[in-house]
Amino acid sequence: MQGPIGARLVQLVPTIFLVSIIVFALQQLMPGDPAVLLAGESAGNPHVVAQIRDQLLLNRPLWVQYLHWIDGVLHGNLGYSWRLSEPVSELIAQKLPVTVQLSVMAFLFAVVIGVPAGVVSAVKQGTAWDWAANAIGLSGLSIPNFWLGIVLILVVSVDLGWLPPSGYVSLARDPLRSIETTIMPAFVLGNAIAAILMRHTRSAMLQALAQDYVRTARAKGLSETRVVLRHALRNALIPVVTLGGLQLGLLLSGAVLTEQVFDIPGLGKLVVDSVFNRDYPVIQGVVLVTALLYVLINLVTDVLYAVINPRLRGG
Amino acid sequence: MRSFLLAIGLLLGLAGPALAATPADRTLRIGLREDPDILDPTLSGSYVGRIVFAGMCDKLFDYDTKLDIVPQLATGYTYKDPTHLILHLRPGVLFQDGEKFNAAAVKYTLTRDLTMVRSLRKGQINDIKSIEVINPLTVELVLKAPDAALLAQLAGRPGIMLAPDVAAKEGKDFGLHPVCAGPFRFVKRIPEQKIVLERFKRYWDAKAIHFDKVEYIPIVNSAVRLANLQAGALDLVEYIVPTDVPAVEKDPKLRIAMDTSLGYNGITFNVGNGPESKTPIGEHARLRRAFALAIDRKALIHVVYDGLYTPIAQANPPSSQFYVPSVQPPARDIKKAKALVAATGVKTPIKVTLMVPNSPDLLQAAQVIQAMEQPAGFDVKIQAMEFASSLAAARSGHFQAYMIGWSGRADADGNMYSFLHSGYGFNYGHYDDPKVDALLDAARRAPTVAARRAIYARLWGIVAKDMPVIYLWSPKNIVGLKKTLLGFRQVPDGIIRLQGMRFAK
Repeated sequence: MQGPIGARLVQLVPTIFLVSIIVFALQQLMPGDPAVLLAGESAGNPHVVAQIRDQLLLNRPLWVQYLHWIDGVLHGNLGYSWRLSEPVSELIAQKLPVTVQLSVMAFLFAVVIGVPAGVVSAVKQGTAWDWAANAIGLSGLSIPNFWLGIVLILVVSVDLGWLPPSGYVSLARDPLRSIETTIMPAFVLGNAIAAILMRHTRSAMLQALAQDYVRTARAKGLSETRVVLRHALRNALIPVVTLGGLQLGLLLSGAVLTEQVFDIPGLGKLVVDSVFNRDYPVIQGVVLVTALLYVLINLVTDVLYAVINPRLRGG
Repeated sequence: MRSFLLAIGLLLGLAGPALAATPADRTLRIGLREDPDILDPTLSGSYVGRIVFAGMCDKLFDYDTKLDIVPQLATGYTYKDPTHLILHLRPGVLFQDGEKFNAAAVKYTLTRDLTMVRSLRKGQINDIKSIEVINPLTVELVLKAPDAALLAQLAGRPGIMLAPDVAAKEGKDFGLHPVCAGPFRFVKRIPEQKIVLERFKRYWDAKAIHFDKVEYIPIVNSAVRLANLQAGALDLVEYIVPTDVPAVEKDPKLRIAMDTSLGYNGITFNVGNGPESKTPIGEHARLRRAFALAIDRKALIHVVYDGLYTPIAQANPPSSQFYVPSVQPPARDIKKAKALVAATGVKTPIKVTLMVPNSPDLLQAAQVIQAMEQPAGFDVKIQAMEFASSLAAARSGHFQAYMIGWSGRADADGNMYSFLHSGYGFNYGHYDDPKVDALLDAARRAPTVAARRAIYARLWGIVAKDMPVIYLWSPKNIVGLKKTLLGFRQVPDGIIRLQGMRFAK
């Protein structure tokens, strides 16, 4: 496996380089002058705006700005937030664990709900179980996250008073309180992904259950549970793992709406606020880091294929 | 599946009502509508930043509830002549690092405001020529010219005094751990999560402070801010949207404090900013007047803001001492509007593109205006745009009409000069009238409020004729707070002052 993994790692370099150029170019296409936004209530004074533009190199050609930034990145410096004056790397280091925690919890919800529901739905095809699982899947796909989030806040926090309505406490500081603050957003996020996983698991399981090796396994007298879990599910999981990897990557790139609704200070919220404030160094830094994460997760997914299906180990 | 749901239920059940318990300690939790920018008074530009500074940093002067300027770190002032302002400073005041507050600190802070790269304060106090230390508790500001708005500036961000040693040492990073002479000292900030302050025990007015800690928590979504207040996770929310007011009033634990604000919303026309000013509405003042006459401000406010906001026809709200009572919004008059349109000879329907930042309330207001304009002969197209993009479009002249608001200043100059004077950044439409420029400059030099108000009355006469801006409404400051939170004083600038506030026992 070292060969293909090594090659994939080497591929990271041009990928990330390309991402850096695309992000830099795209944000320049965004209308809006960062200097005006930074000046805030003093933007009425043209001298103030001109001075800010000058200091942030916004008057310089684009390629000069890019080289200035990429030079910093290659020396391990992602720059400073224009709005907060904090190092971008510190901001990301603060926000990334929050997003990782939320993503992992959401993913656990998704897997725990989605995969069993998909299996049951396929095994009990055409029964009430199948209908129920499909109904769950459909609702997960159809209900918008922000709506579900606000409804949960109103019911669980305001009416019942069971959980804090929003905010975040880190795992290191207070694990219980941390779970309290993230369980609702994780459920909201996981709910939608569970629906996707359920649909794909069901479809893959139906295909697997119709295969000859399943019939052979049954003919050998194996229990139905063993047939389903050891023979059908193991093969059906391959496309589900691919999909799961992609979904986890998406989660890590920031669950923007959910983080906004629950006021979770993760990467998604950081990048949205930075876009609205045209805080270019933060946008560039976050996108670069999430792109890196995304590629790495895909790499891990490839490795998992081999773990699940020994036939793929040859590379 | 069933066991999973059971587990979730158990987990929620275990969390139980104890989680919703309100903070039992003396920590005040304030919900902000957005995350402030850098916490350096010299570099900061956001409105909510001023709310955090109020907890952390005292100013030379402050405003009372009637918007009169009152002493804070300065005990008083005298004008030797119109260009020499003497400030008398409060004795016995310490910065949160133990440094003494004195005339040298005033000189240091104002010099920093005037000279620091990227200072946003420079433009506000650039009439100061020099700062002279007379004695440790007296400082003299020598001005280039008389400046009627200077005291008001010293009651704003330029009046915030910084601990000189820390500011000198930290330089541009001062905002990461600011040190001032206010009631609470900075503890930490987690961007987009919270700003934590703790009581400064040696605060000069310590007896007015009744909390051990203050947390400022930015929550952008108004429904979530409200839910946090209702659930007891916040003690005070600095801005409740008008449509949420009934929900707060219905809650037995909460109350609303509502007062006029200093801001306004209006429509700015492009009358001279690039090719897009060469439209009928940009070229004919009579069309703009007709446009204004077609708007029923009261109905508009009733529909969009539950009737809570105040109709206006000038940049200063009724609570301002610079408000000119004779300048009242005209009643909707379609007949007169049609006559004005006819007099220009422009063929109807006249197409007008109204650019609006894409907030739900402003879009709704634009839709109401669109409907109101139709009978007068205007075909209004609404162009919704993300806020920063709309600002960029406005500055570069890519608009015909722009609906935009301003948070407002206690001194009228802050609501008018940059917006109506030629060559200034908030004058998006490039309105250019030498008479208006002269009046704005004259008002800055006028010695009394009455004299300035008289100048503004003349100015509004010209503006009503040229109509570069249609002033529509002045919003309200709507604060939601727990009934157990006592001593809240509402000042029209919307800033939350912590002195005198306390929890009921």
